[in-house]
Amino acid sequence: MTALRYVYALCFPLGAPLQEQMKGIGGAPTEELEHHGLVAVVSDVPEEDFAETPLKAHLEDLDWLAATARAHQHVIDVLTGVTTPLPLRLATVFRDDSGVRSMIEDREDDFRHALERLEGRVEWGVKVYMDDRQTDTAEDNITATKATSGRDYLRQRHTRTMAHDELWGKAEEFARRLHTTLSSHAEDARLHTPQSATLSRAAGRNVLNAAYLVARGRSEEFVELVDRTGDDSPGIRVELTGPWAAYSFTGLTEGET
Amino acid sequence: MTVVERREIALVDLLDRLLAGGVVITGDITLRIADVDLVRIDLNALISSVNARVPSPWPEVSGR
Repeated sequence: MTALRYVYALCFPLGAPLQEQMKGIGGAPTEELEHHGLVAVVSDVPEEDFAETPLKAHLEDLDWLAATARAHQHVIDVLTGVTTPLPLRLATVFRDDSGVRSMIEDREDDFRHALERLEGRVEWGVKVYMDDRQTDTAEDNITATKATSGRDYLRQRHTRTMAHDELWGKAEEFARRLHTTLSSHAEDARLHTPQSATLSRAAGRNVLNAAYLVARGRSEEFVELVDRTGDDSPGIRVELTGPWAAYSFTGLTEGET
Repeated sequence: MTVVERREIALVDLLDRLLAGGVVITGDITLRIADVDLVRIDLNALISSVNARVPSPWPEVSGR
């Protein structure tokens, strides 16, 4: 079996060795490959999974993708505990260590700048949902009062649409305000595409899907702010995720999207 | 309003970051999400949801 080298992240050399041996994809131990004052965190992955053709096939397999993504995230997570890693996109693979080294040489200035910019910072994810069930319930109530005429029916349907539109408008306004407030308490902000409900299996409709770059030392304050900013709006839900490594703020994603 | 802090990371949140974020480096094996023939329903929808350039209803606000 030939092995390829999978790169999880780049970071500055760790001050101290890791407490425990990290395990990466497929349970393979990770290694720190130091070159030009930068460290690439790598592990072996089997060529039969990560060569171009099998990789394409695997990516269509949600279970495989999930396991790989979680293994990748685990490594980033452990690193985040001891340093500020520059996380790489999923499935960055090289034939051998010399490939990894020349990659570092090619872009070392970019990497160094990004690492310095992100040092001591983490990413928080904030999502706002509009809870459709609120209007659905109203809908049920309306259906319960049986329409007695065509005009009645139309009026009821109108009320229902109005309730939905009103909630939608409210949720958007809420999300806009929250985003403005949180952005002013963050060093940087990114808007991700709202998630589809089928995939997230979350209740309600995703109105805001944002990421904020916050200094580690100010994170507690930021989280409290998210907690507080709510104005008891019925039908609106806020979800917080993190702290994440600064995936959305590497500034080195151009040429992709 | 309720604020929910999730302990378990949802796959969709993870993929938002791992497929649309992170440093893009052309390795020896190039993974181009756009080239992948995404036939599986879930994943297909997922990738288009992650990569779609849906215009935001308001201008992106930067912290500084």
